[in-house]
Amino acid sequence: MAECHPVGFQWVLEAKARGATVIHVDPRFTRTSALADLHVPIRAGTDIAFLGGLINHVLSTGSYFADYVIAYTNAATIIGEGFSDTEDGDGVFSGLDPESRSYDAGTWQYEGTEVAAASGHRDQQQYKRLGKGSSPGSKSGRGESHGSGGASLQGEPERDETLRHPRCVFQILRRHYARYTPEMVERVCGIPQHLFHQVADALVSSSGRDRTSAFVYAVGWTQHTVGVQYIRSAAILQSLLGNIGRPGGGIMALRGHASIQGSTDIPTLYNLLPGYIPMPHAHEHETLDDFIAADSAAKGYWGDMRAYMVSLMKAWWGAAATAENDYCFDYLPRLTGSHSTYETVMAQQAGECKGYFLMGENPAVGSANAKMQRLGMANLDWLVVRDFSLIESATWWKDGPEVESKQMRTKDIGTEVFFLPAAAHTEKDGSFTNTQRMLQFHHQAVEPQGDARSDLWFMYHLGRLVRERLAASTDPRDRPILDLTWDYPTKGPIAEPDAEAVLAEINGWDAHGQPLASYEQLNEDGSTACGCWIYCGVYADGVNQAARRKPAGEQNWVANEWGWAWPANRRLLYNRASADPDGKPWSERKALVWWDEEKALWTGHDIPDFTASKSPHYRPPKGATRGEALSGVDPFVMQADGKAWLFVPSGLTDGPLPAHYEPQDSPFRNLLYAQQRNPVRQVFPHPANRYHPTPGERGADVFPYVLSTYRLTEHHTAGGMTRWVPYLAELQPEMFCEVSPELAAERGLEHGGWVTVVTARNAIEARVMVTERMKPLVVDGRVTHQVGLPYHWGRNGYSRGDAANELSSMALDPNIHIQEVKALTCDVRPGRRPRGKARDRLVRRYQRRARIGTSTGTEM
Amino acid sequence: MKLPDRTGWSSLVETTQDPAGGSGYGDHPPRMGFFTDTSVCIGCKACEVACKEWNHVPEDGLDFTGMSYDNTGGLGADSWRHVAFIENRRPVSTVDLGLPAMGPPAGTPGIRPDLPASADEEEGQLQWLMASDVCKHCTHAACLDVCPTGSLFRTEFGTVVVQEDICNGCGYCIPACPYGVIDQRKEDGRAWKCTLCYDRLGEGMEPACAKACPTDSIQFGPLDELRERAQARVEQLHEKGVDVARLYGHDPQDGVGGDGAFFLLLEEPEVYGLPPDPVVTTRDLPDMWRRAGVAAAALVAGMAAAALGGRS
Repeated sequence: MAECHPVGFQWVLEAKARGATVIHVDPRFTRTSALADLHVPIRAGTDIAFLGGLINHVLSTGSYFADYVIAYTNAATIIGEGFSDTEDGDGVFSGLDPESRSYDAGTWQYEGTEVAAASGHRDQQQYKRLGKGSSPGSKSGRGESHGSGGASLQGEPERDETLRHPRCVFQILRRHYARYTPEMVERVCGIPQHLFHQVADALVSSSGRDRTSAFVYAVGWTQHTVGVQYIRSAAILQSLLGNIGRPGGGIMALRGHASIQGSTDIPTLYNLLPGYIPMPHAHEHETLDDFIAADSAAKGYWGDMRAYMVSLMKAWWGAAATAENDYCFDYLPRLTGSHSTYETVMAQQAGECKGYFLMGENPAVGSANAKMQRLGMANLDWLVVRDFSLIESATWWKDGPEVESKQMRTKDIGTEVFFLPAAAHTEKDGSFTNTQRMLQFHHQAVEPQGDARSDLWFMYHLGRLVRERLAASTDPRDRPILDLTWDYPTKGPIAEPDAEAVLAEINGWDAHGQPLASYEQLNEDGSTACGCWIYCGVYADGVNQAARRKPAGEQNWVANEWGWAWPANRRLLYNRASADPDGKPWSERKALVWWDEEKALWTGHDIPDFTASKSPHYRPPKGATRGEALSGVDPFVMQADGKAWLFVPSGLTDGPLPAHYEPQDSPFRNLLYAQQRNPVRQVFPHPANRYHPTPGERGADVFPYVLSTYRLTEHHTAGGMTRWVPYLAELQPEMFCEVSPELAAERGLEHGGWVTVVTARNAIEARVMVTERMKPLVVDGRVTHQVGLPYHWGRNGYSRGDAANELSSMALDPNIHIQEVKALTCDVRPGRRPRGKARDRLVRRYQRRARIGTSTGTEM
Repeated sequence: MKLPDRTGWSSLVETTQDPAGGSGYGDHPPRMGFFTDTSVCIGCKACEVACKEWNHVPEDGLDFTGMSYDNTGGLGADSWRHVAFIENRRPVSTVDLGLPAMGPPAGTPGIRPDLPASADEEEGQLQWLMASDVCKHCTHAACLDVCPTGSLFRTEFGTVVVQEDICNGCGYCIPACPYGVIDQRKEDGRAWKCTLCYDRLGEGMEPACAKACPTDSIQFGPLDELRERAQARVEQLHEKGVDVARLYGHDPQDGVGGDGAFFLLLEEPEVYGLPPDPVVTTRDLPDMWRRAGVAAAALVAGMAAAALGGRS
């Protein structure tokens, strides 16, 4: 965190100054470790084994927060008889179809419910329930269930609050994690048992009524073939310890760019509409009613999805959206499967994707398997790059590695490349949404230089020009564009659209054009418009609430008047859980919101994330729906059952509970199960995307070292914002590779000299940094070396170097289609890499030595 | 360290703890300075970048030094803030730092004394020290003493500043600095160093580095207040068992009369590349001149005697 989020790290140090214990778990010793109370080195790619060990510790020592767990989690809920765990399947859950390499989640359901499915993948199952046949493509990428992802639930789940029923979640959890012992953690992760116990004891002693603990992760945690399950493991642990919905608790995702949270709330993702409404699938003859019936929940706040959806379409298509035409529901594009970044790369190579916009993205450096990215771009008709400088993704056609090695010739490349300079955040108005779901508005300081323009300017004027060209069209397929409300006011010499006008539209208005104050005001009848329901209220009273900057000293410690947080300016999600079932704070020390019996209202320091007048003693009548179906003791209001999910009955593609699988490329067999890798991970066999052999196979020892990629404070992700800035470039001027003194001795690497790092994909060179901060671990009795590579560099800019992502492969998490770039294997050799064609020859030699073929590493 | 003898040189350098007053400022603001608490430095180098941005200090080359994450190397004409990165191991026998730790640090809740010690405890704990260095703005500033043009001057804030339009590049100040801070720029021969953002101070703003520091490792303020704050911080760390915490450059009795920019360190100053007992290099000048004067007088007397004697 100190490394990648130094500004945010000040608050960790403030917590430390107040007595908090800071524990840092990371394969290498970083700037964060330097300031932490305890650094726990771990073998990259084994976090579920480590967290599973902690879960087992909490369960087996009875250290969980029992009152919280029984009342607020689904620990007591009974799972259907059809479910079988990894314990029975040696690493595989029930419902696996080896043919399609996917799970049918039908057996993971709560007993006594029909089919339940969470926001992500709920569509597929629900569609079956509606008798419409099967939905297309299980790998359709509907697993984006973060944020407000909720669940659809039909019927009453059965519960056993004694937690003794053999099929209740608590007992399943207990059996599932029993094998994750401290001994096993030591063997798998290389974490000595005394260190494991220190972490376990610190965590347990800092959780409960009087104390809370927080987990903080940077997005590297997600970049694994089991990335979502990493976060799920932390969620289970935090729910068992009672650390969710309470001050000082939670799981904080530190995201790489300034507004990545914003870019999922109002998504740049293919499978979501604003506010985590799923993107409709290409079901035959689907209507708005079908879509809502399949995707909305009967209980909880997702029950109002129709109001959110209709209001969204009213914001986009205004008067053209009417009840008669389903509010232009047919104008929305439809999914036919997964269209993630990596599938798009494959589609480019197959000639199916012909045009590509890159806006602040440098895949030729920053995405897994950089060569695959360039091969894809070389097969496009056109490519638009918007960035500060001529990044590698804009110039690969004339000076990329394939042009250098003569694998590509510029004159053969048909891609027309457009480069449009982008304005920086200081040159435009706009908002950032940070980790805490808080929007902060920033104002323009200077006019952009030269031709540089904001993204808002580019999208607005592009839309305007397209609409002008289509104005005379009578083709019905042009209506979705021509009917858009595209009337933002512009200002200044470059006709910059008014960012506040966009914010006002996102907030929404009623039938009289008055700004809405809360998403509870949204209607299903088309009388309200709202561009993103969870942001409703950010422009309440016509005031830009995100621009508020009231100093901390002038308000209470929750500081609700600095910026604005969704939903409804609540700073802590699910904060009803900060009070006990009767509505009293668990402890005075950790009081946040509580039930005021006299006023019959929820009140407190934060804005309650709960219906203000719903008494803790409220119990829903039979047959209640939507918000009314949640009782006064159901804090997790976006979930259909109002509970935190220790066990996920639906919504995930790779299992209801996290289980440890080895990374795609690993030097070790899975010690926990026979199943080596995540059986439903996504792989893309391709001559430029070869995988390493499975441990134990002949040739597996050709790539003996664990490799991890990461960022440094001095540079930003793929370097587009920093490698061109002399003041930053001089601070980390060159690509380097961090190795331990032991590995340096083993392979003859010289500090300050050169090293060549090789995988089945490519070979790169880097300067050698020998440091004790890279500590060899003892894994399953074997000394294991880890190699560290920052991934900022590329061939362009002021500071240059080989890109670490030349080495990584396209192997993806099946839920969110993110690449595994934090845990790979490699070989290292002293000296610089070969030039030209000799580089490819070296890689092919390694492939032959390791006996790598088309199917290597792709087995289930 | 205490000066053995103060007599004789005070006429050349200010001896008071009010260097601005000593330089002739009548009604002047309090002496301002930096307290750099290295125990909370995260090595982000924001201070280096902010300093260069504000003061238009040029970028000075892409050199991979191999000195941990320090590619700046040291203070110089083109680096007025420098973050040092030191990777070392602390012997087990000494009291635990409570800061960086690969083994169990003392005072960590839940520590298990019953469990076997790690290898780290035998090797000593790996620590990664980070510290942002800067011009010390000495009470007795030798650079100021030797400057023949008046380019270097004492400001009303008690800080020491070079005026780039007056400096003639004679370079006398360079060897005069006991810390090796002030440096000549190769291109123009003039001397450059931290101004403690004199221009910002005049506007009531804090220096750029302190403003940019995310963890308040660099604190700016009236020196008296900073010294009190630093003393409290050291005591707090000692209470937490961090016995190795110590102040550097805070003592008005040291060889430079105390620094306007002082530090909290977690190791001996040498570990950070700082001189353990800096002494103002002009300290002995008055004495030397007096002796030279005596010698000259003796010489003149001798010559006169010789001349007289010759006549006789």
